[in-house]
Order: sequence, then structure tokens, then C-alpha cells
Amino acid sequence: MTTRRLLLAAAAAALALPAVAQAPLVVHEPWARAAMAGRTSAAYMTIENTADTLDRLVAASSPIARTVELHTHIMDGAVMRMRPVTAIEVNPGEPAVLRPGGLHLMLIDLARQLRPGETIPVTLRFERAGDVTVQVPVQPAGAAGPGQGGPHRGH
Amino acid sequence: MSQNTVHRAAQRGLAILAGGALVMLIAVGGAMLWLKPSSDSLGPTLPAGVAIGGPFTLTDETGRQVTDATYRGRHMLVFFGFTYCPDVCPTELAKVAATLDLLGAEAEKVTPLFITVDPARDRPGELEVYTEQFHPAIIGLTGTDEQIAAATRAYRVFYSKVKTGQEADAYTMDHSAFIYLMGPDGAFRQFFSPQATPEQMATTIRAHLARS
Repeated sequence: MTTRRLLLAAAAAALALPAVAQAPLVVHEPWARAAMAGRTSAAYMTIENTADTLDRLVAASSPIARTVELHTHIMDGAVMRMRPVTAIEVNPGEPAVLRPGGLHLMLIDLARQLRPGETIPVTLRFERAGDVTVQVPVQPAGAAGPGQGGPHRGH
Repeated sequence: MSQNTVHRAAQRGLAILAGGALVMLIAVGGAMLWLKPSSDSLGPTLPAGVAIGGPFTLTDETGRQVTDATYRGRHMLVFFGFTYCPDVCPTELAKVAATLDLLGAEAEKVTPLFITVDPARDRPGELEVYTEQFHPAIIGLTGTDEQIAAATRAYRVFYSKVKTGQEADAYTMDHSAFIYLMGPDGAFRQFFSPQATPEQMATTIRAHLARS
């Protein structure tokens, strides 16, 4: 059994390679948008469940926002309807992908301006795994992904 | 534990690894599919008798009163949103910014206008700071509730306030996310769906600029 555990652990570690280590839920490539004080920002990430049972992200918080809500977008013709969701399921082997135009964390009523290049703490509350705090890098307001600055450069 | 069991455990470990890789591949594939625009993503032309655009009177981000005539002689790239929008509006604004960058010097012939559908919260100074985050050329426009209602009617933009909590300012705005290209005469030329890429938009805008 020890060997099997080791192999499973090795498999989990291999999957979790580029991640912020916080087993059993592993957060990959978190990022948030730069935004003005008092306004809203969105945070995105991929959450991987390396345990063998379903977990659910049920809440999130950050010291820089009055409140953080879990949201999704429903595309209705050309109308984007943003709606809160009560939980985001994270199944083993099925990473939950939070990305522009879909699931995201909405950071509401920012205590201060979020500037590109800084990092903000966001605490994710999972039903089983409890609290996981992630350091989230802030990308330019117009970024499309976690990489260097998104599609718009040079201004 | 027998050698056989160890071997099977190793296989199981590999299977888990392969499964994980497969899921990642599917996730990446899904993302690519999601990002890939459909072939008709530049948007259809308007049915006969349907007009988009027209007169508006609004206040620009510097506090100056403007009308549609203020921008005559240059193409207008018109889109609607609000500054409390954390996800869709930044994505659209970034797309417009990337389109302007792709147009290079020709971007001088295009005025990008971001009209708020949330005039109660989006006042000129805030709009200026907001649009500046994306591209210095983008001009934010606000107005009274009536002026915004008139502008959205002219552009056939749907918008609706959706309460998200008890507080007076706990609301979001549903709104249609089309981007409109208007000619230097102020008349409608083309609209772009939310799936249009900056490359497609720049190519189409260039074609319109060459014609005028």
C-alpha cells in the first residue's frame, strides 16, 4: 500500500507541478484585473482537485475588497448576463477553469486601486478542504490571461 | 505486497497521470474552441428598414457636452458598457485597444466611444480614468438617464439593471456587447459581435477606411 500511496502522491505532484502548492486543492495561474478604487475587479484561475472526492468552492474573500462573489456569465444572444453562483464544483481530475467571459471571482468595492504588477491575497473557502489563500498577481485592466499583459501593449 | 501488485499500482499511477493530462488537453481544447471565432463573427448586415445610430447628446469624459456631430469626419467605433463591470467590459475595451494598435497610424481616422449604460455611477472624471486604463484614444461618454436611454435606443442596445444585494448601489447591468462602426457621415457601416477578434475588426475597419 505504501508504494501505491507514493505513486499516487507522485502522480499528484506531477500534475501540480507549476502550481501554488496547497494540497489537496491546487490553484494554477491565478490573476486579477487592475481596477480603480471603489470599483470592481475579477480574479481568474484554474483550480485542481488532487484529492479523490468532489469539493466545492463555496466562498471567497480578500482584504482589498468589501466582498467577493462567485459569478458566471450567461451569453444570451449578444447580451452577457453576469449572475452569482452559489458554488463552483471541483471534481478530482476535472479542474475548474475561471476565465474571462465565464466563471470568475468578482471583487466588489475595492478598498484601493489595484495596480498591474502587484499581488493580492485571495482566500478561497472549500467545503471540504477549508480555506486556501492564494497570492494573485494583478495584470493590466485589459489583460486576456495570466501572461504578460494581454493583447494590449505599449501605452 | 507482491511484484504484481506494485506493477498494477504503477500502472494505476500512470493511468491517473494520463487521465490528468487528457483532462488538461480537453480543457485547453475547450478554451481554444471558446476563443475561436465563428466564421460569421463579423456580424450580419442589417435587414432592410432597420436603422442603427443617429443623433445623441451626451457629456464626454472631460465634462464637455458633445453630440454625434462632434465626431463627424472620422469613423466612430461605438460600444456600450459600465465601469463597475469586472469582466466583459474590460475584455471588450481591450479588444478595441488592440484593434486601434493594429490599425497603427490609421487609428487616427477612428474615434472610439465608450458610452456608459450606468450614468448614475459613471461620471466624467471616473470614465476618463477608466478608459485610460485601456487606451488613451478611447473617449468615455455619459449623460442623464434620458440621454443614455435615447442613445441606447438609437443603437438598439439592450440594457437592464439587475439588483445583486440590499444596498442601493448593489446592482449590475445586463447589456448587449456589440461594437458598432459608423462612417464619417455618422451613418452605420458595420457591427461586430463579441466573438470578433481585433485582427478581424482591424481588417474590416481598414476596408471601410479605404472606401471613404
